[in-house]
Amino acid sequence: MKLKELESCLQQVDTFEEPKILLEQYPTSPHIAACMLYTIHNTFDDIEGKLVADLGCGCGVLSIGAAVLDAGNAEEFEISNLDLIQCDLCSLEAEAYAKKFDTVIMNPPFGTKHNQGMDMKFLKAALTMANTAVYSLHKTSTREHIQKKANDWGVKMEVVAELRYDLPASYKFHKKKSVDIQVDFLRFSTD
Amino acid sequence: MFVNMKLLTHNMLTSHVKGVTKGYPLLIKATEVKVNEVDFNPQFVSRMIPKLEWSALVQAADELGHRQDLPVELVPEYEKNEEFLKKVHRVLLEVEVIEGCLRCPESGREFPISRGIPNMLLNDDEV
Repeated sequence: MKLKELESCLQQVDTFEEPKILLEQYPTSPHIAACMLYTIHNTFDDIEGKLVADLGCGCGVLSIGAAVLDAGNAEEFEISNLDLIQCDLCSLEAEAYAKKFDTVIMNPPFGTKHNQGMDMKFLKAALTMANTAVYSLHKTSTREHIQKKANDWGVKMEVVAELRYDLPASYKFHKKKSVDIQVDFLRFSTD
Repeated sequence: MFVNMKLLTHNMLTSHVKGVTKGYPLLIKATEVKVNEVDFNPQFVSRMIPKLEWSALVQAADELGHRQDLPVELVPEYEKNEEFLKKVHRVLLEVEVIEGCLRCPESGREFPISRGIPNMLLNDDEV
């Protein structure tokens, strides 16, 4: 499947009608989601035939994209290779899911709204759950901190791409029409 | 789009209610079950089997009336046994729960499954 096909498929995914600010519910744009998934699939072969978890899936754009790539067919409207679970990542014991998944993909809350460190909680859980690799988005300004943590946890971290995350003014406190923030697309390998 | 709970997902779910030491496996009380055909991928099924709690899968399939003749003990050299893998494929990926609930074996707490999505969220006094 071509990148453009994937992106146009993901443009059909609905986004939040009433996003919850405390949960940092920002949508992942179809463009960013498609670029991430395309790379995970084509460069690292971590999607097709793999058990993939998407933590904090929001409206599910990454999950749906992964399901579509796995099936290799964007035309089939019914996605049968996807399950959803509603739970609180902070209250579950990630050890119960240790190495159950091949790949974990996520666009976690960045931990900027009274929930400092939330991105690292997600990352820690993801690393426990993944057998091969974790793909995640983090603010570029936190790269050094994350690298240090990755070293502490004994996982390899690589910056796959630097992105400009175009955050549309989806909340009232966003005065400008849209803000660009620098975001790293990171790959953590656990093996 | 339809999302329904497969037994592969059920196999991983645990109840984390405060005080519970073994909230696994969750009992399935289904009011609506569907069988949805999925392409058979023997490599994927073979790879998933060692990650499964086999007895929990057999029990779940039994509860839903789809056990077929799956054995209590996992058969040796299953990766070469296509007939067996097809049966596992069916219970893992094709039998789906749409409505019902999951019951914690220790506390009895019930987690609803609505439109195929299990809700494992706990109340404040349960964490």
